[in-house]
Amino acid sequence: MPEIVSKSALRVRQLRKVYKDVVAVDGLDLEVQAGGCFGLLGPNGAGKTTTVEICEGLTPPDSGEVEVLGRHWSSDAAQLRQRLGIQLQDTQLSEKLTVHETVRLFRSFFRQGAQASEVIARVQLEEKQNSRVGDLSGGQKQRLALACALVGDPDFLFLDEPTTGLDPQARRQIWELIEEFKESGRTILLTTHYMDEAERLCDRVAIMDHGKVIALGTPRELIASTCADQMVEFTAGNPSHALDLPALRRIAGVRELRTENGAVLLQVAELHTSVPALLAELTRQNVPLTELRTHSATLEDVFVTLTGRHLRDE
Amino acid sequence: MSDNTIPAVRARAGEKKSPRENSLADHPLVQLTLVRFLEFMREPEALFWVFAFPVLLAAGLGIAFRNRPADVLKIAAATPELAQSLRQEKLLDVQQLDSEAAQEALRTGKVALLAAPGSNGAVEYRYDDTNPEGRAARLLADRAIQKAAGRVDPVATTDQLMREAGSRYIDFLIPGLLGMNLMGSAIWSMGFAIVDARRKKLLKRLVASPMPRPYYLLSFLLSRILMLVVEVGVLVGFGAVLFHVPLRGSLLDLGILCLLSSLSFSALGLLLASRARTIEAASGLMNVVMMPMWIASGVFFSSQKFPDMMQPFIKALPLTAVIDALRANMLQGSNLAQMAPQVGVIAFWLVICFALALKLFRWR
Repeated sequence: MPEIVSKSALRVRQLRKVYKDVVAVDGLDLEVQAGGCFGLLGPNGAGKTTTVEICEGLTPPDSGEVEVLGRHWSSDAAQLRQRLGIQLQDTQLSEKLTVHETVRLFRSFFRQGAQASEVIARVQLEEKQNSRVGDLSGGQKQRLALACALVGDPDFLFLDEPTTGLDPQARRQIWELIEEFKESGRTILLTTHYMDEAERLCDRVAIMDHGKVIALGTPRELIASTCADQMVEFTAGNPSHALDLPALRRIAGVRELRTENGAVLLQVAELHTSVPALLAELTRQNVPLTELRTHSATLEDVFVTLTGRHLRDE
Repeated sequence: MSDNTIPAVRARAGEKKSPRENSLADHPLVQLTLVRFLEFMREPEALFWVFAFPVLLAAGLGIAFRNRPADVLKIAAATPELAQSLRQEKLLDVQQLDSEAAQEALRTGKVALLAAPGSNGAVEYRYDDTNPEGRAARLLADRAIQKAAGRVDPVATTDQLMREAGSRYIDFLIPGLLGMNLMGSAIWSMGFAIVDARRKKLLKRLVASPMPRPYYLLSFLLSRILMLVVEVGVLVGFGAVLFHVPLRGSLLDLGILCLLSSLSFSALGLLLASRARTIEAASGLMNVVMMPMWIASGVFFSSQKFPDMMQPFIKALPLTAVIDALRANMLQGSNLAQMAPQVGVIAFWLVICFALALKLFRWR
C-alpha cells in the first residue's frame, strides 16, 4: 500500500496485561514498519499471543497504547477490522461446512477482496473446494485459515504460530504463501517459536521473554550481536576421563562455553583457529573425541545466550 | 524487501480489490443464516431429535392410549355357576380358575377381580380397591350377579355414546409435544452451537473479522424460524392427518404463538449458553432448566395434578404458558386475546432472558 509504506503499521507503547497472578505483558514497546514481515519470537508463555491479541483488538490491555495502521481500537474498530487479516492460534473452523462455504462466509464480512474461489485457488485448495473442513489435513486446515485471513485483501496480516504442529512439507507451503503476500508490499506480524521459520520469513525480529522484548533487530544483526558467528558442538570423554572445562574456556577465540545433555557447546569467533586449538587441547587432556559438529549461530543460539533457556522449553 | 516487489503480484493484488457484489446471497446475515442451516441439516442426530423423535413419540403414545370401544375387563370366577352368571355381562371377560390359579392371576394383575363363593350362598369379591380396573370390575360383576339372581332395576336407563375428537389423550398430547419440541429444539440448537463455537475459538475468530456481532445472534433466530416451519408443520400435520387432532383456532394465531414461543426459548438458550465454555457444562445447565418443565408443565399429563400451592410457580414457567396456549388454540379455538396471560408470560421470559444474555454473553 504505497500511502503507508513509510509509516509504522503498528506502534505499541508501555503495554501491560496481567492475568490473575501472571504478568503476561510487562511494559512492552514495539514498532513495526509497514511492509515486510516482523517476527515475534519467544518460548511458550512469553506473552506473544497476548501481545498479538491486544494488537488485534481482541483483548483489552490493562495499560499502554496500541496504534494499528495509524488508528486506535477505541475509536476506529470497524474500519480497522476491514483492513486486518487475522489468523488465530488453534481456531477450529466449522467441520460440517465445505472449504468454499467457509471462505464465502468470511468473504461476506468484508467490503473488499477477491471472490472466495480465487482466494481458495491462491492457497491451493481448489481440489478441496467442496470437501468438508473436517476431512482436511492439518496443513490444509491451516491454509484454509490463511484463506479466511486473506479474503478481505488486508493491508496487515497477523499470523499466530501458523505452522505449529505441521509436517515440513506443509510448513513450506505456508511459508510460500506468506512470502507471496509479503512480496505485494504489505505487512505481516508473525509469532513463532520456530527459528528456521523466523530466519526465513522475517525481515525484523523481536525476541520476547517474560512479557518483554529482550532483543530486537534483523535476524543477521541479532546473531552478530551475540559476538560470535560460529558454534562448535562436541562430545568427548567418559566418566574415567572427565573434561577439564576451565582449560577449554581459555582457548583463544572461545566466547562462551556451556554443556547440554553431555555435549559441550562453544561459541567461537573463527572456526579455523579455534577448532585446531580445541583438538590440541583435547589431545593434551588425553580425552577421546566421540562427536564434533559446527554450525553458524542461529536465533536459537541468540535466545539461549540471552536467557540460558531454549525457545521450545516451557 | 518490498523494493523488489514482483509487478505481476502487485497488479493482481490491485485487481482483486473488486467492490462487494450486490447480491443478496453475499450479505453477511444471509451467509451466517445459511451456514447455520447447513450445519444443522448435516447433523443427522439433530435431525432425528427435532423432526423424527416427536412424531415417533406421538405415534407410540397415540397407539398406546387410543380409545378402544369400551374396555373389556378380565376377571376370574372360582365356580362354574358364578362364571355362568358373570358371563351375562358383555364388558367382562370371565375365566373359571381353581382357587390357587385364581389367586396367582389376581396377584400378577392378569385378572382385575376374583369372584368366589362365600358362606351361606354369599359371593365374595377379591380385588385391589386402589386400582380403577378393580373397582370397575366390582361394579360390573356385582350387577351381573344380582341380575342373574333376579334383581330388577327400578329406573329404566338408555345410553347415548359420544366419541368426539378433541377430548382424547392424543388431542391432549399433540400440543404438549409441540410445546416440548419448541423448547428442546430452540434451547439445544442455540446452546450447543454457541458453546461449541466458543470452545473451538470459532467465536473469537468471527469477532476478529469485521462480522457485525448482532448478525451472529440474529442468524440463529432466523435459522430457527426456518426450522420452525418444518418442525411445527410435521408434528401438527401428523396429528391432524393420522389422528384427526382438531385445529379449532386460527392457524395464523397458532403460527404467531409458535414463533413467539420459539423466540422466547431461544433467548433462554442464549442465556444458558452465554458463558459456558464446555459442552458438558452447557448440557448440565440446559437439563437443570428443562427437566422441571418436562415434568411440571403438562406435556404428558395435566399440570393441575400438582398441589395448589405449586400452581403459581408452574403457571409462571414458560413451557406451561406455551402448552396451555397451544391447547387453548388447537382444542378450544381460543384467539390470542383470550390467551393474554399465557402470551404475557412467554413475552416476559423472552425480554428478561434476552436482556440478561446480552449483558452476560462472552465472545471468547
